[in-house]
Parts: sequence; C-alpha cells; structure tokens
Amino acid sequence: MKKGMATRTLTWVALASVAFAAPALADEDAELVVNGEIEMVTKTAAPAHLADSVDEILSGWRFRSDETQVLQLDDFDNPGMVFVDQAMDRWNTVEGSEGKSCASCHEDVETSMKGVRATYPKWNDPAEEVRTLVMQINDCRENRMGAEKLKYTSGDMVSMEALISLQSRGMPVDVAIDGPAQSAWEEGKELYYTRFGQLDLSCANCHEDNFGNMIRADHLSQGQINGFPVYRLKNTKLNTAHDRFKGCIRDTRAETFNPGSKEFVALELYVASRGNGLSVEAPSVRN
Amino acid sequence: MASGVKPRVKVPKSAAAGEAVTIKTLISHKMESGQRKDSDGNAIPRSIINRFTCDFNGQNVIDVTLEPAISTNPYIQFDATVPEAGDFAFKWFDDDGSVYEDTKTIEIG
Repeated sequence: MKKGMATRTLTWVALASVAFAAPALADEDAELVVNGEIEMVTKTAAPAHLADSVDEILSGWRFRSDETQVLQLDDFDNPGMVFVDQAMDRWNTVEGSEGKSCASCHEDVETSMKGVRATYPKWNDPAEEVRTLVMQINDCRENRMGAEKLKYTSGDMVSMEALISLQSRGMPVDVAIDGPAQSAWEEGKELYYTRFGQLDLSCANCHEDNFGNMIRADHLSQGQINGFPVYRLKNTKLNTAHDRFKGCIRDTRAETFNPGSKEFVALELYVASRGNGLSVEAPSVRN
Repeated sequence: MASGVKPRVKVPKSAAAGEAVTIKTLISHKMESGQRKDSDGNAIPRSIINRFTCDFNGQNVIDVTLEPAISTNPYIQFDATVPEAGDFAFKWFDDDGSVYEDTKTIEIG
C-alpha cells in the first residue's frame, strides 16, 4: 500500500522534472514487501569485513525504477515465477539411470531446501572445494541420479536454482568466509579489486566507489547478488550471478572467465559475503 | 505442439456485490509467430494462443482474439463487475486445438 502511494507521488515528481532530463530514480524510502507479507531487508549495516569500505549495504532493488520495483512486490507480476513453476515440474521428474527425481531424496522442496540458498557458496568437506548451488545440483544429478549434468548457465539449471533459492526468500544471506572457505574468499576479494580490460576497471571502481551514480544511462548499484537468479527485463529470462560477472567483465573490454570457473566461484563467494545480512530475494526483477 | 503450457489466474477470494474486481491472467506459452526460420532456413510453424475467454456463471465477460505479434507468456488483465457469488471460468485456445482451462470461485462478503 505504502509503495503504491509512493509510486503515484513519484510519478508526478518525475513528470515535473522532465524539463531537467533527470533520471527517474527510485524512491529512497520505499520498502520491499513481497505478496504483502514477506518483509525484505534491502538496506542494513555492512558486515564486519567491509568496515573499511562501505557503511551500509543496499540491495539492487533500491537502485531500480519504480516500475521495475513494483514487479517484485507480487509473485503474480514477477515474470521469474514462470520459470520457478517449470523447475517445480522438473523437481518431480525422474531422470537418469538411477530412476530418481530430486523429490525421491529431498521430498518436499519447501521444507528440504529452506535456508539452503542463504549459505551458498559453501565449503564442501568430502570434495574439498567451495561449491556453488549450481555445482551441488550437478553433483546430485551426476552421482545420485545418474543423469547428465546441466550446463552451468542453461535455462533448466537457472530455473532449478531459482526454485531452490525461493525457499530461502526473506532469510538473511549468511555465507561463511572463515575456516576452510577462507582461501577462496581471499581469492575472490583479490579479483574484486583487480582492474581488468582496456577500460582498466575493477568491480570496486563502480560498485564500491561509485554506487548511486550514473554510468551513462545506467544507475550503478552495489553489485549485490542477494537477488540472484534475477529476471532481467533486457533479456526476458532468469540470469545467474556468473552470467552477470561475465557481462560486467566483458564491458571492461577484457577477456572474461567462464561461468562455473574457479575464479567466478571464488568471486561469487566474496560478492555474496558483501551482502551478508540482506534478504535473499530470488527470483528478483531487475532491468 | 506447444509444450510447458501452464495457465495462472489471480482472482480475489471475495468481493462486495456489484464491486469491480481486477483479474490477472498469465499463460506460459512460447507464442511462436510463424515468421521465424530455424538454422536450416525452414519456417518454424506458427503456434500461438489465438483466443482467450472468461465467463462468469455462464455469462461471457471477455472474449479476446490474440494475434501472432503478441509475445511469449501472454498476460491479460481486466476488471469484472461481480453481481453475485459464483465461478469465473477461463479458457485459452491453442492453434493446435488444445483448450487450457482454469476456474476460480469468488464469494460475496
């Protein structure tokens, strides 16, 4: 309700400011409440490890226009939910040589996958590596179901990631950065501050030093990934964090790493940890 | 043959008699226009939802003809006046002859 009022007010402000060609930026005080019941944390104090760089962490939702923000308030309006529905069918579909579906072991996705997304990427003891949700899904497919792996950023995979992530919606992101995951986290941090490409830009140049500013027509966010997988209006499908990393590095005119590469897994862990405390929003809607 | 088609409808559970309620519908459908070609240069046959109807207690509320330029997953939203308690029946007609249906009950109160 509050959001509806704010939207209307802002429309008038936007109309009034057309003469100045001001960008239609979002209402600073708007709050994200999904389906009128799930209250999301889109702004909170930064986690301790960011003490020297930012005071406050902000969800990408706060940087989008009102029209885009509204799409995320109701699941019926959220185009990402169509893909979640498709993944729900796949959850119950038997695949592979073992004659199993996801549901054969994990049963009801709503209970078995609750809170899972909030802690990924996560150290996996037997495998002795940091794993993303996608890697874990493929491990299940290969070793438990005897099915073929799905391509890292394929539509089927990203939909499944969205279905699992949805079960943690509203819960705070809480990835572990110490213990065995620490070396990958350090590596991710190194990447975050490394300048790439002809434009010589690091993640931090835009998303830490300049969030809130315009880079040409784009409103720079903090680059938080609490909302991934995200439905993007520009390509009308769900996108993984690795797709977004790749796009960003490509835009610096560099050769990018591949989705699923060791570098991107480390970067995902580090970037996720920068959002520790924000709510999981997946599937979110962005432009 | 369209695959992965799933209709979704949102209707309020109850309304005051004579109140106009907003109804939102969405059907996941690829809406292949018939204009595109595959990698071998052959035209991909048209496969769209060509008609959508909504009836309330047997009386027609809306009857829409959909054309090939309508994009994937057509979303249709409209207002309907609810004179009494009853059922909204929704139908989507596919080019391949399939009819997808959904029904929602609304109460007065």
